Amino acid sequence: MEKWYLMTAVVLLGLTVRWTVSLNSYSGAGKPPMFGDYEAQRHWQEITFNLPIKQWYFNSSDNNLQYWGLDYPPLTAYHSLLCAYVAQFINPDWIALHSSRGYESQAHKLFMRATVLIADLLIYIPAVVLHCCCLKEISTKKKIANALCILLYPGLILIDYGHFHLGLALWGVLGVSCDWDLLGSLAFCLAVNYKQMELYHSLPFFCFLLGKCFKKGLKGKGFVLFVKLAGTVVASFTLCWLPFFTERAQALQVLRRLFPVDRGLFEDKVANIWCSVSVFLKIKDILPHHVQIIVSFCLTLLSLLPACVKLTLQPSPKGFRFTLVSCALSFFLFSFQVHEKSILLVSLPVCLVLSEIPFMSTWFLLVSTFSMLPLLLKDDLLMPSVVTTMAFFIACATSFSIFEKTSEEELRLKSFSVSVRKHLPRFTFLPRIIQHLFIISVITMVLLTLMTVTLDPPQKLPDLFSVLDSWLINSVTSLRKSGRGDPRQREEAPFTR
Amino acid sequence: MAALSVMTGGGSWFLALALGVTLLKCLLIPTYHSTDFEVHRNWLAITHSLPISQWYYEATSEWTLDYPPFFAWFEYALSHVAKYFDQEMLNVHNLNYSSSRTLLFQRFSVIFTDALFVYAVHECCKCVDGKKACKELTEKPKFILSVLLLWNFGLLIVDHIHFQYNGFLFGLMLLSIARLFQKRHMEGAFLFAVLLHFKHIYLYVAPAYGIYLLRSYCFTANKPDGSIRWNSFSFVRLISLGLTVFLVSALSLGPFLALNQLPQVFSRLFPFKRGLCHAYWAPNFWAVYNALDKVLSVIGLQLKLLDPKKIPKASMTSGLVQQFQHTVLPSVTPLVTLICTLIAILPSIFCLWFKPQGPRGFLRCLILCALSSFMFGWHVHEKAILLAILPMSLLSVGKAGDASIFLILSTTGHYSLFPLLFTAPGKKNLFLIGWKLSTSLAWALWKSSVNLYSLSPPGS
Repeated sequence: MEKWYLMTAVVLLGLTVRWTVSLNSYSGAGKPPMFGDYEAQRHWQEITFNLPIKQWYFNSSDNNLQYWGLDYPPLTAYHSLLCAYVAQFINPDWIALHSSRGYESQAHKLFMRATVLIADLLIYIPAVVLHCCCLKEISTKKKIANALCILLYPGLILIDYGHFHLGLALWGVLGVSCDWDLLGSLAFCLAVNYKQMELYHSLPFFCFLLGKCFKKGLKGKGFVLFVKLAGTVVASFTLCWLPFFTERAQALQVLRRLFPVDRGLFEDKVANIWCSVSVFLKIKDILPHHVQIIVSFCLTLLSLLPACVKLTLQPSPKGFRFTLVSCALSFFLFSFQVHEKSILLVSLPVCLVLSEIPFMSTWFLLVSTFSMLPLLLKDDLLMPSVVTTMAFFIACATSFSIFEKTSEEELRLKSFSVSVRKHLPRFTFLPRIIQHLFIISVITMVLLTLMTVTLDPPQKLPDLFSVLDSWLINSVTSLRKSGRGDPRQREEAPFTR
Repeated sequence: MAALSVMTGGGSWFLALALGVTLLKCLLIPTYHSTDFEVHRNWLAITHSLPISQWYYEATSEWTLDYPPFFAWFEYALSHVAKYFDQEMLNVHNLNYSSSRTLLFQRFSVIFTDALFVYAVHECCKCVDGKKACKELTEKPKFILSVLLLWNFGLLIVDHIHFQYNGFLFGLMLLSIARLFQKRHMEGAFLFAVLLHFKHIYLYVAPAYGIYLLRSYCFTANKPDGSIRWNSFSFVRLISLGLTVFLVSALSLGPFLALNQLPQVFSRLFPFKRGLCHAYWAPNFWAVYNALDKVLSVIGLQLKLLDPKKIPKASMTSGLVQQFQHTVLPSVTPLVTLICTLIAILPSIFCLWFKPQGPRGFLRCLILCALSSFMFGWHVHEKAILLAILPMSLLSVGKAGDASIFLILSTTGHYSLFPLLFTAPGKKNLFLIGWKLSTSLAWALWKSSVNLYSLSPPGS
């Protein structure tokens, strides 16, 4: 592409920002006995290097599952093993069995940060660059600006560990959108085998590929494609799980670690529906456990069904991206045992549609970063998070001129406002409402941040701030969902610049 | 809402660039800082806690005050803000005190004072105009200049990692250059005089200012062929220039003259006992000279031409700051370096006098003075290369030939700043950052020079 030097500068800027943020403290630094996610990653390297595969997921005297036991699929374990080999080469003390627990040093921090940066550099960043280059109907300058905004998204910079799975998922999206179906589905299977939360994205992939098969005709090429895809999926899963298929107990134990259904509807304070509703209605106490699971399952399914059906009937790359957003959001809002960091699984597809609805996407991405504030404050990342959020906002505001493009058509809320106008003819001020809501939400976020940092919450409501945060986020995400989830939206002509 | 859209609309790229680099500077707050951090903390303490008569005599810490009085006043002003952050840092006896609040205050003070630098860059952009109308933002000379100056990685490394206050000082210099371009000579002279009393390293480029103002301001007109017209000399202008410089100097040095402390002040400002080369060698002529001397002495020892007992113990490569003698080649005194520097700047001064080319000629002479002084000066810091690189950015957006020289100068100049980062335990971190930053810069420069080649025909 022309102006590749600008793209290089953007990538280098992204790397620089990532590296400077990584100079800060990491999660759980200096906090025995459990430390944090950083220690979890180091511990997995220790376990995978020193113990045989059969013991990785089982509780034993050498492997105490209560202390950061492995709860991700096998590919994470293999990746940790690879890092452990490098660590062994540099300094075996880092992964010595038992004695390396809570190991903290400058050199080790440098090593861990380097592994994350390399993974980002090799997988995630090329995927972002390629995605931006493949965007249609926009100028080169806008493509580069798009890449800049995606690379500056604070959520992915601030959260400690590498986003291998997101990079792989992005390759999957790219592959499938550009008609390299087999490679795309292989990449996505690997992503699922890396972190099981990628299953949030699995339904859109399935529906899109199924829709493609239907389009090609079930009796001819479509069937061939279907068989090939099925074969790819089965082969990749088998390859990853091969060591665990030897005994039934192995596979079951891994599954039990991956999907801890014993744990409950939600933990901590996460910005989804269950947590927000539980302020008024203590669902955890009212409904028995198995009913909670069923209710959550049904609601999730109901909310994502329209988009998926639409995608199967009319597969298109653009529809695919929007369905990804919609499904990931449904899972995040209604699913079981959702972690705060899962918002990143929604943010990634939103980054992909940044060029199409800049205003709403920017708004959502800002709010998603804010939703992780309690986590970031716990890790002493206030300054980097404020700075990167501001940088992201400035980048988006100048690249996409978001405040100028807020007409009804651009916000993709045309059919919604048309239907409202049937009952209320004077309802023409939807864009202005949206703009005011945006400003109110930004001001609220800033105020809540300030209050969380400076004040102590009142005694009776110790989690006041986190709950207020999650309410705010919920309102914004639900608003977004109403704009996204409506199947009629996709009937509109593509927005031209 | 309309205000926001105006702010983030078309002409706000300058604001975005300035805000962006400020945010990057905030991210650099927890990085390594050098002993210069303690130096400035010490000066805050000295100016806050002690009376003026003690400022240039105080020696509790090894980092004594060795900048001119205006900088001391600047630190005094800062110290009044510092006391709200952490009172303890203002205690002269708290050597190496660096609490997190102290760090925050110092870093923020550098970031905040850079506002003057941003303003100066804005003024410089007004002096640069593209010959052809460019629709593409990234090809406009104003945009390229803003990127090269605001995002100058040498300045980022020196100011925001190593820790110094060069931002606003270079702001003053660029502002005075901009004023000269805008034909506001008195303001330019005044700003430069003030700058000299902030940091006397700018004496390196004083000849360029002096000759230019004398030739192009005091002589109000030229003959048609460009040579000097003696009867157009304006005494009034000369007097007013002299008066400006005198008044500024009086304001700065007056109190110390009254206290009879001028010799002490000058001995602090010009410490000739420090030796020919700084502890970390600036890549100038004397570094090569010293290296050659070392090589020759080793060869001489091998070939038994030299007597080992006669070779002095202190060697130049020990990294210490002291005076010593060369073994094979003749020793170098401060006078020798001065003569070499003067010989080096003579051609450019001659050109400025006999064939003035307006402000552009002045800028060229300024850069050549800075480079010559860097090459041949006594006890030159490697940071002094910034004195040549920043004004060169202004020239490089004008002509294609200058752009290619600038590419080489800035890449090598910024690379030579890396040793400043190497003393930290986390040096690998910083090396990687520095490498990435300078690679980014190299690409940005390459891009800008490519654009400039497309802007103006080669050889113009």
